[in-house]
Amino acid sequence: MAIQSAPADQAKLHTPLTMAEKVWSDHIVRQGDGEPDLLYIDLHLIHEVTSPQAFDGLRAAGRPVRRPDLTVATEDHNIPTIDVDKPIADPVSRIQVETLRKNCAEFDVQLYPLGDIEQGIVHVVGPQMGLTQPGMTIVCGDSHTSTHGAFGALAFGIGTSEVEHVLATQTLPLKPFKTMAINVDGELPAGVTAKDIILAVIAKIGTGGGQGYVLEYRGSAIQSLSMEGRMTICNMSIEAGARAGMVAPDQTTFDYIKGRPHAPQGQDWDEAVAYWESLTTDSGAQFDAEVHIDAATLSPYVTWGTNPGQGLPLSSFVPDPADASSGEERAAIEQALAYMDLTPGTPLRDIRVDTVFLGSCTNGRIEDLRAAATVLRGKHIAPGVRLLVVPGSTRVRLQAESEGLDQIFLDAGAEWRGAGCSMCLAMNPDKLAPGERSASTSNRNFEGRQGPGGRTHLVSPEVAAATAVTGTLSAPADLGVAS
Amino acid sequence: MEAFVTHTGTAVPLRRSNVDTDQIIPAEYLKRITRHGFEDALFASWRNDPEFVLNLPQYQGVSVLVAGSDFGTGSSREHAVWALQDFGFKVVLSSRFADIFRGNSGKGGLLAAQVSQEDIEHIWGIIENSPQVPVTIDLDAKTVSAGDFMCEFEVDDYVRWRLLHGLDDIGLTMQHQAAIDSFESVRPSFKPSVR
Repeated sequence: MAIQSAPADQAKLHTPLTMAEKVWSDHIVRQGDGEPDLLYIDLHLIHEVTSPQAFDGLRAAGRPVRRPDLTVATEDHNIPTIDVDKPIADPVSRIQVETLRKNCAEFDVQLYPLGDIEQGIVHVVGPQMGLTQPGMTIVCGDSHTSTHGAFGALAFGIGTSEVEHVLATQTLPLKPFKTMAINVDGELPAGVTAKDIILAVIAKIGTGGGQGYVLEYRGSAIQSLSMEGRMTICNMSIEAGARAGMVAPDQTTFDYIKGRPHAPQGQDWDEAVAYWESLTTDSGAQFDAEVHIDAATLSPYVTWGTNPGQGLPLSSFVPDPADASSGEERAAIEQALAYMDLTPGTPLRDIRVDTVFLGSCTNGRIEDLRAAATVLRGKHIAPGVRLLVVPGSTRVRLQAESEGLDQIFLDAGAEWRGAGCSMCLAMNPDKLAPGERSASTSNRNFEGRQGPGGRTHLVSPEVAAATAVTGTLSAPADLGVAS
Repeated sequence: MEAFVTHTGTAVPLRRSNVDTDQIIPAEYLKRITRHGFEDALFASWRNDPEFVLNLPQYQGVSVLVAGSDFGTGSSREHAVWALQDFGFKVVLSSRFADIFRGNSGKGGLLAAQVSQEDIEHIWGIIENSPQVPVTIDLDAKTVSAGDFMCEFEVDDYVRWRLLHGLDDIGLTMQHQAAIDSFESVRPSFKPSVR
């Protein structure tokens, strides 16, 4: 069933609800006939790219930020990952970052700027500080806000007009989402990661399959994942067309949050956990759609095309447009292969890359760096390959350094960088050259995403590391490494 | 926001599915801090190709974009809507829009009208044969007409009402301050604050 439009209390008493429906109904400020629900927003994350025009709008209307105490900003999309102690070289980037600083000062918004220990990618920073908690509504002018759903929060990306709306009112008028269960049951084979699960999900339901839905990832394979793995999966919900993805909070979630700077303490902690435990989807609750995936059938996945739905197991071959099921799909495959410069029937393992990018809000957390370092330890990257390692936050960078991971990367021939979005979207100087090909742990293989004319294959951190060593798309097993 | 009731203009066929917002406006152009002036950024990479449909002489001055399915996927950048509008587009037709793009369109006054794929292909045929045929979008009647052809389109009722009256969302919500105050007064104390 769709998220309830009935009054929240009544719905709770009588109808078994999904987690998304519970969180939604707990945030309804107001309902009116024929109008969207007015939803309260618990946390608003800000960055430099999608906020300047929103602050301009506030200024023009003479409006303050309603809840600066629920608003936090960081610099991530645009900033360099080297020479971070120097002024930003690109004048247009510099003006945008300076604009964020001015706006945050003027509107009393907490900002973690470049150079601050709390700076990092907005979706790494929120969970790391304990600001991301179950049952919250979280928004950001960034589509990968879905990441925070890993905690059982309802978290989604918004446009700049909506950023202004939340700044002014701490609410958003929204039509209820439909709900979709993504059941991943069974045991994941060795070497198969959260990234492989989500690439398989997107390949199965397509880039528009989740359109209009909140995805709830369920099943034993999801429950067995760490918070980092759950974040990787929820992060890419938007790549299946869904604005939000969620995982039910459990002991793994509570253990991750406990003790973080903004975690509840004392009696608040007990009350919070009791509430969080109540959020789990009720037995008997109906989803509007369900998808089933047998975890045991999964293997490392890579993308071959120009949207995240164009993915296949690493052991397969570049598809043939002639095998397409419709004219539209055939055209899409032809366009993708032309851009990617690939020939049908080529083994995916034979695809040679120039650059490997390890980082992003999808796979830039400490666990991702550890997984890649395990593969790279004592090895060297292939001649002619560039490996860029970009931690998701400054704290992730410091943690990695305290564990000696930076040295493993450097010894392997990688570049060890400062925190930011970097080559995920190439707004800063970290870009592919035209025609260059990457294996990337990021989330989008769109044309030109990592630099004009660049070609991207999306992979897990483990596959990224193995690919850097061999120079062609590879899994750790190809190196004889158990991951 | 300017009210939108009907629009008549010429249309351009974009025979591609999964047109993501990185194609509509590459990230490089998102560094600007203004809300206008993005016309040069629209489909910037594809426009380098002289054969790209927007570069063809018969499709100059168009204001209706007729696209394949899953238009506007990917990034939440509202700059994609601004770039389409700055270039001169008033309406985008597709059989399926990405959620965030559709939401952003409604906020900015660009009409994202959902038409079946069969009708999209029919309209493609018409505007490829006769690029100068006027295409009319009637938001009140929820119809698209091109020459003798007419079909219905879908749009969210509330968005339609707001567009028809040119209403600003924030102004509407500001009328409900008391309800927001009341909600805030009972928020649990364990909810985090960034301070």
